[in-house]
Amino acid sequence: MKTILYIIQKEFKQIFRNKGMLPIIFVLPLLQLVILSNAATFEVKNIKFGYIDNDHTSTSRALVERFNASTYFNVLTDFPSEALASSAMLKGEVDVVLEIPQYFERDLQNEKHHRLGVTINAIDGAAAGVMNVYVSQIIQRFNQHVKVDLLQPSDQQIQASNIDTIPLFWYNETLNYKTFMVPGILVLLVTMITLFLSGMNIVREKEIGTLEQINVTPIKKSQFIIGKLFPFWVIGMGLLTIGLIIAKLIFNVPMVGSLPLMYVYTSIYILVVLGIGLFISNFTETQQQAMFIAWFFTVIFILMSGLFTPIESMPKWAQMITEFNPIKYFVEVMRMVMLKGSGFIDILPQLLKTFSYALIMNGLAVWSYKKTT
Amino acid sequence: MNNNKVIQVEGLTKMFGDFTAVNAITFEVDKGEIFGFLGANGAGKTTAMKMLIGISNPTSGNANVAGFDVFTHTENIKKNIGYMSQKFALYDDLTVRENITFFGGIYGLSRKRIKEKSDALIEELGLQNVANKLVGALPLGWKQKLSFSVSLIHDPKIVFLDEPTGGVDPITRRQFWELIYKAANQGTTVFVTTHYMDEAEYCDRVSIMVNGKIEALDTPKKLKEQFKAENMNDVFLKLARG
Repeated sequence: MKTILYIIQKEFKQIFRNKGMLPIIFVLPLLQLVILSNAATFEVKNIKFGYIDNDHTSTSRALVERFNASTYFNVLTDFPSEALASSAMLKGEVDVVLEIPQYFERDLQNEKHHRLGVTINAIDGAAAGVMNVYVSQIIQRFNQHVKVDLLQPSDQQIQASNIDTIPLFWYNETLNYKTFMVPGILVLLVTMITLFLSGMNIVREKEIGTLEQINVTPIKKSQFIIGKLFPFWVIGMGLLTIGLIIAKLIFNVPMVGSLPLMYVYTSIYILVVLGIGLFISNFTETQQQAMFIAWFFTVIFILMSGLFTPIESMPKWAQMITEFNPIKYFVEVMRMVMLKGSGFIDILPQLLKTFSYALIMNGLAVWSYKKTT
Repeated sequence: MNNNKVIQVEGLTKMFGDFTAVNAITFEVDKGEIFGFLGANGAGKTTAMKMLIGISNPTSGNANVAGFDVFTHTENIKKNIGYMSQKFALYDDLTVRENITFFGGIYGLSRKRIKEKSDALIEELGLQNVANKLVGALPLGWKQKLSFSVSLIHDPKIVFLDEPTGGVDPITRRQFWELIYKAANQGTTVFVTTHYMDEAEYCDRVSIMVNGKIEALDTPKKLKEQFKAENMNDVFLKLARG
């Protein structure tokens, strides 16, 4: 026990003495939290809207005016011809082109059905879907005054006008994406910092030769590893704390659930990450190698965590892989506890899986650290 | 085992795949002796030493260090030996005093003992003015002396020095050897590898390794007679050139 204290003391001294690393550990992640949480939005705004008005009547101008009034659309151009609109789309100058046919107003007054052409840049399929919904909504509302039929991909979707859906959004009533993203991004930061620090630390001692000096002392493997990892565990918990304060103060993210529960889970979760870092450290000879391997896993873990894309929409085999992704569990737990107020029993499956993961990774890490080769 | 023999090695071999780095070496080292372990670069000195200090598993043979077997009791060996590697291995970002405290702590010394040891060591090396300076800022010669003293902090029976005077000036080398003699006089066995043949003359006995084998082992005086050489340098050249 006393030996461990000497190591911890040494590690903390080295961390706080390293003036280059301190801001990287404490300032950058929090800047990232503030910036990313504001930037990583799923909302589609500022859609560049163009139109071809072949009708030139008060009705057609009224329809365009509806788009102009919407905060989602920036009405840009009145294209004189379809060819010009296409070339503007090609150059990326417009996202959506609405074509209003000739005799639009006259046919409407005669209660004849009419078709509007909508062209959407669908390179980003998800965004195109959202744009389509916005366009449809605006035209439908316009239609409540004057009957218009919009040319839709599926012509069958004719809404009965006497049925209306009233959505209730639970756990995030205002659909505020920040409420959704902040806990997730906080998870990433805690993970990345602790993984990189632990992954680089022991390999660094290999590089400078001090690890050999440690290996000729009678220190026990477990003492050394606990002493090495404890400071990073503390840093991880510290980051979580600062991150939660920022989440509350700056983003006003609701914290419905129990804070102690979140800390209990995180304390186990960080052990998983540290175990992985240490394991990487044991199989690499230079910090550069360790960095590359840590990055490789981080990218996979992040993209398959359900943070940016829902796991439910991944193919079956990919969903199987996510079972081995610690970040997935952390994201789930953070969102469950913070937004839904889930209790101990609700997160028990994640807690157990994470705990087993921690045991396995740290077991592997201790096993793969060899004082005698 | 004979209590006077602190290192007993018999047929110790280390192979890396097909390559035999250390080829069945056999020798003994007496208590309190300064044993010079010479050889050209790549002769297998460091590999042999790493087996003796318990950080490299031998392929075959027998070896006993400080009364413990190198195959089965490496951790017991580690309690009884000190080691100074050819690469400076104290922490540059810790002060002189912090380095001493850390290694003292790892060897399980009490706080009080660490304090006493630190004070004595700093005074002996004349480092009073830099005791609270980062080790990284010290000249190489000072670092080497500090590193040697730290390897002795737990009063080991044997200290292993791997090219301890590489790259330091002649005055510092002399001071370094004074430290080695002092340790030997207090009963510590010194096992030292070196490239400097004048240093070989300071040793009680010397072994010379060529291509993984020990080709000569005796006192410097007898080796010079045996090889009809004027100094250890000639002995070494005759052997190393084959």
